[in-house]
Amino acid sequence: MDALFTNAFLVAFVSGTIAASLPLLLAGLGEQMSEKAGVLNLGLEGMMLVGAFCGFAVALETGSFLLGFLAGAAGGMAVAAMMAALCVALPLNQIVVGIALTLGMQGATSLAHHVLYSRTFPRLPRQPEVALPLLSQIPVLGPSLFTQNPVVYLALLLVPAAAWLYRATNIGLNLAAAGSKPAALDLAGVSVTATRAFAVLATGALGGLGGAYMANIGAGLFVPFMTGGAGFMAIVIAMLARGRPAWVLGGALLVGFATSITTALQVAGFNIPTDLVLMLPFGTIMLVLTLFGRRAGLPAALGLPYHRGAR
Amino acid sequence: MPEGTGAATTGADRGLDVPLVRLSGITKRFPGVLANDEVSFDIRPGEVHALLGENGAGKSTLIAILSGVLQPDSGRIEVNGRPVRIASPRDAIRLGIGTVYQHSTLVPTLSVVQNLMLGQRWWRPLGRAAALARLAELSALLGVRVDPDATAGSLSLGQQQQVEIVKALWRGERVLVLDEPTSMLTPQGVEELGQVMARLAARGFGIVFVSHKLQEVLAFGHRVTVLKLGRKAGEIPPARLSALSPAEATAEILDLMFGRGAADPEAPRRRASTIRADDAPLLEVEHLSAGEGAVQDVSFTLRPGEILGIAGVDGNGQKQLAEALAGQLRAEAGRIRFAGRDITRLPVARRHALGLRYLTDDRLGEGTVGGFAIGTNLVMKRVGEPPFWAGGFERPARIAAHARELIGRYDVRTPGPEVPIATLSGGNIQKALFGRELSGEPRLLLANKPTYGLDVANIRAARDRISAAAAAGVACILISTELDELLELSDRIAVMYRGRIAGIVGNGPDAERAIGRLMVGGA
Ligand SMILES: Nc1ncnc2c1ncn2[C@@H]1O[C@H](COP(=O)(O)OP(=O)(O)OP(=O)(O)O)[C@@H](O)[C@H]1O
Ligand SMILES: [Mg+2]
Repeated sequence: MDALFTNAFLVAFVSGTIAASLPLLLAGLGEQMSEKAGVLNLGLEGMMLVGAFCGFAVALETGSFLLGFLAGAAGGMAVAAMMAALCVALPLNQIVVGIALTLGMQGATSLAHHVLYSRTFPRLPRQPEVALPLLSQIPVLGPSLFTQNPVVYLALLLVPAAAWLYRATNIGLNLAAAGSKPAALDLAGVSVTATRAFAVLATGALGGLGGAYMANIGAGLFVPFMTGGAGFMAIVIAMLARGRPAWVLGGALLVGFATSITTALQVAGFNIPTDLVLMLPFGTIMLVLTLFGRRAGLPAALGLPYHRGAR
Repeated sequence: MPEGTGAATTGADRGLDVPLVRLSGITKRFPGVLANDEVSFDIRPGEVHALLGENGAGKSTLIAILSGVLQPDSGRIEVNGRPVRIASPRDAIRLGIGTVYQHSTLVPTLSVVQNLMLGQRWWRPLGRAAALARLAELSALLGVRVDPDATAGSLSLGQQQQVEIVKALWRGERVLVLDEPTSMLTPQGVEELGQVMARLAARGFGIVFVSHKLQEVLAFGHRVTVLKLGRKAGEIPPARLSALSPAEATAEILDLMFGRGAADPEAPRRRASTIRADDAPLLEVEHLSAGEGAVQDVSFTLRPGEILGIAGVDGNGQKQLAEALAGQLRAEAGRIRFAGRDITRLPVARRHALGLRYLTDDRLGEGTVGGFAIGTNLVMKRVGEPPFWAGGFERPARIAAHARELIGRYDVRTPGPEVPIATLSGGNIQKALFGRELSGEPRLLLANKPTYGLDVANIRAARDRISAAAAAGVACILISTELDELLELSDRIAVMYRGRIAGIVGNGPDAERAIGRLMVGGA
């Protein structure tokens, strides 16, 4: 029992929580923006996978950590561009297109992996980390908590940035109107299509970044289906967060916590069946859903295509 | 005040003969309906141009074309003599055209001031302080009192309409288009809007004013155009309009709207009472409170065949009282007895089954499901009941037959029962709701602003329907902000003030004065 509280356990636990939460945080913040604007973006899982693949491939090829992440964001945006063209510009049914994109991208990335890496299984070297001055000197937890890849700091900064965007800018107003009453936005002279497309593209970039984090930092390699439902979990987190970025952070940490406590317990020598271990994060989400799901307060026009002049 | 900084230069500079906007030969077809048929319409600087026509005549369609919401199938639009295409609402705003649409265009989850700021270029700062200052200025002008930070959805419909007017003034720099802007306003609000329109017209604005109320049209309009079945039935230019006496002008407008010899449907008359004095009360309300203070300690009784009017400035708890009686709002204290039975805790459906019918004033929000067929909407409150459902299965033929009957009886203008109800004109949706609530076996009709948005002929028909229902023994609660309507129909009139019944007066020669006093809180 004492093993629970060793330094090794704590360090593994904390860094595990961060590694598991971060992709959820990035993707969840992205999804939140789409949902605010009235688009239920079920293509998120596909965007994360493509982001993971592109991020890994470019980082491996160029050896540049920065280019890798940029490629991850770009890959996610490419999938998002398809989503925007089909669901926002046309507009077709968001659920059908989103699921189709996710399934399609699962296939495409697996195929690309098979062609490129299935014989060599390349790995990335350890990616650069930045230690925050002073904070990283704190004993025990300091080094693991405050020495992170720059993407981690970026993601955390995005939380207040998104909150500011929603509260204090015209973009935030436009997003809220597009999700709540698109006709009002259109009649005010702002394009609903452009507003929603912007949100979907931003989701793609953030989802792709989250995927690239999973591949380049979390695992150091790419394997097919490696996101393992993180995109869908991010969707649920975004729905429960009721438009508040801080709540996405909370949700992501909660799920990350559930994911990493199982690994940490194994490190500490507890013998838990792996199936149970893998279920814990999903179980947490289901518990949260049953407790708070009813009060999720989603935008009124979420999932509905907009046609001007249709009554 | 909006300043003339837009692309449109004033027509006044070039003399009054060049209209600010000229629509010519506008045609718009919907499946099964010719909504606008070769309509020509001018908006001139310094002029309030009243646009009239019965429900479904095509007024809102013409306005949608003017505002870039709809594209005409054919026709020309000129602004300051130059042909333009108004391809989107943004184009209309750029041309200096601000519009109050017939149905709400506020985002219910945003605050009042956020709704007003909506539509700025995205890279600009929000400019909240400037917006608040401008709102204060326009509010003072219009006599509007709203909290800038209240969410739009929490305002009464009357307040929402005031915000819509502020919004149109915010955007419109040369032309204001107002589609039934007064339907939810108090008489005082109407008066203030009239003054604002006059002032703006004097500064060279062109104003389009749609209303079903002829007194308003005669008081504020300089020129009148009447549409009938999508066609322009006639136009009365300012010189002629000012030469006519109000009675002559009314007669001429009614002729254009409904054909020769139409009697003035607005002529006041008073209904003979149909209360059967020996009947026991049908409804007894005792010390009812609901809606967190919106309704406080309300008591009254109602007998079969009696019409109880509820007067009061909009927002004094009338809507919450209706909802509490209908079962949509929980009673916090007090009792409601219906036909001798305590229904205080009964849910909506059970009350409906007992014969208690609620005609809401929010016809698009809670009255209908816009995308569903008219037929479906007409049986909406009877889902699962025979004869429209049998053994759990819908019977489309029965539903359609029922719909056709109500459409015929209530004169709903539509291509058929299968079209989505939201495609009907505002007034026709109201007629359909009337049909729904009065069908079956109503015993108590709770009507909240039953005639708003109806044209004069349909107002007449609706009031006659309420009288007929009362004559047949249905008890009615008639909530209205129109004193004429209350005085014409009611046996007694209760006045609500700040959630309480300030007093109940019998309808008679002195009622009007007594109600006026009670409405502002006097005893
Ligand atoms: N989007 C639409 N789809 C189908 N039909 C429509 C649509 N919009 C309007 N219509 C039809 O066009 C006709 C004119 O409607 P419109 O709303 O212009 O009438 P209106 O004069 O404004 O009436 P009201 O006084 O009742 O508001 C109606 O028959 C209506 O059913
Ligand atoms: Mg209309």
